[in-house]
Amino acid sequence: MKMKAAILEVYTGFVSLLTGMRITLGQAFKPVITVPYPRRTLKMPARFRGHIQFVIDPETGKSRCTACKLCERACPSECISVDGAKLEGQKTKSVTDYKLNFTTCSLCGSCIEACPFDAIEFSKDYNVVALSRDEFNHMDLIQRLAARREASMQNQPPAAPPEPAAPTPAATPAATPQPEEPKVS
Amino acid sequence: MSFLFIEPVRILLYLVGICAFVGANAAYLVLAERKGAGRIQRRPGPNEAGYAGWLQPVADGIKLLSKQVMIPPGTDRLLFCLAPLMVMAPPLICLTVIPFGENLFARNINLGLLLVFSLGSINVMALMLGGWASRNKYAVISAARVVSQNVAYEIPMLLVVITLLMVTGTMNLNEIVQQQGGGFWHWNFFKVWVNPLMPVTFVIFFICMLAETNRAPFDMAEAESELVAGAFTEYGGMGFGVFFMAEYANIVVGCSTATVLFLGGWQSPFIILSGPVFGPLWFLAKMYALILTVIWVRWTFPRTQFYGLLNLSWKILIPISLFTLLLTGAVMKLPLLLHHLF
Repeated sequence: MKMKAAILEVYTGFVSLLTGMRITLGQAFKPVITVPYPRRTLKMPARFRGHIQFVIDPETGKSRCTACKLCERACPSECISVDGAKLEGQKTKSVTDYKLNFTTCSLCGSCIEACPFDAIEFSKDYNVVALSRDEFNHMDLIQRLAARREASMQNQPPAAPPEPAAPTPAATPAATPQPEEPKVS
Repeated sequence: MSFLFIEPVRILLYLVGICAFVGANAAYLVLAERKGAGRIQRRPGPNEAGYAGWLQPVADGIKLLSKQVMIPPGTDRLLFCLAPLMVMAPPLICLTVIPFGENLFARNINLGLLLVFSLGSINVMALMLGGWASRNKYAVISAARVVSQNVAYEIPMLLVVITLLMVTGTMNLNEIVQQQGGGFWHWNFFKVWVNPLMPVTFVIFFICMLAETNRAPFDMAEAESELVAGAFTEYGGMGFGVFFMAEYANIVVGCSTATVLFLGGWQSPFIILSGPVFGPLWFLAKMYALILTVIWVRWTFPRTQFYGLLNLSWKILIPISLFTLLLTGAVMKLPLLLHHLF
């Protein structure tokens, strides 16, 4: 009986090895699931938290911020400083200066929750890298808004249907959603 | 064409041909290994250098060649420098007797098989020298492991080869291949009427070959997670590169031997498409199929523990190979004995 058990053990062990090899062979012929990073990037998931940015109001094409400073007060690390002024011919104040100290921001999202106008959101920008911390001490959200509007103007000329993504500069690859390409296999 | 058979020309052709074959194989098997690992792990593998990474071996080679050769203080200089040469020489010599085609071999030696296995064992000595000369604990541990592993796996391998020799009756690799001519059912792998366990002996041979060439899952010699790089820890630049080339050259030798012994060498599996042109192609096809299987095995199984490795050899492989040896003897000689008695 012991002999039989030993032979059975060797046999089942060998079969399990073959099963393992069948699995790896099966995986080898499935498509590749990685992405050649600098050339192609994945779309960030909806809940991804980058630094905050202004929402572009689709009606006016500008920010909805009224400089109410609720976000400034909500921030636990005091990294937001907002300034506003009442421009002529407008009922509400509009923002003139919005600085984010990203070096102390913990991405908690209190500012976004506090905002009564839904004027700020998390960006999907993860390529935030610089040689010195001064780049992130005073991130100017208004300037960034202007840059984004310019970029979107270049990518999508007005009164034209949205076209499949033109190659975008490598600086913010994740900011522009790209159509799902067939995976390189 | 007669000048091809002059002795010096033949030696030169052999040297150039074998060195080119081994070099190209070492370079591109590394690429195949990395590509295969990538595919099995669902990633593309190296794909930046050249089209789809085809120039990666060139880049690696230039990198290794341009590195400074460092000899750590306190090492045995002579042995340290000698080890890479000694590890490279045996596979090069072994390839002299491997018949790539009907007329494509460097030497037709009667004891070719013996030459392959005796030089195959020297390889261990070279690894041990390298590990010992390095004056590094990791390297010495690795050297000790290599020796006990190779001693353990030499036994079932040679038992399997003896089984095969009883079937073939010759150690001449050319004759062994010639005996297997005429369709794949004549290959030693399928000769179940001689020994019902012939496929099992092939599997044992293959496992022992993996262990002898220090390939995963038996890569105790350079268990990266335990021993840094094992016997090669102190080697850098091309010294390290030569050890790697030797590893792949050994795989080539092992797979060629397996092809010759079990899979009919340059014989066509179907009687058609044989001849001086297709013969080497069949040989290479079988050999590379085996090599890809070696790569496939490496990226499937994790490294065994050392006692598991020795248990496998002493408790499973050696008893089975002894049993097949007895079985083959019985199947071959019992009819004769019965004939004599009655």
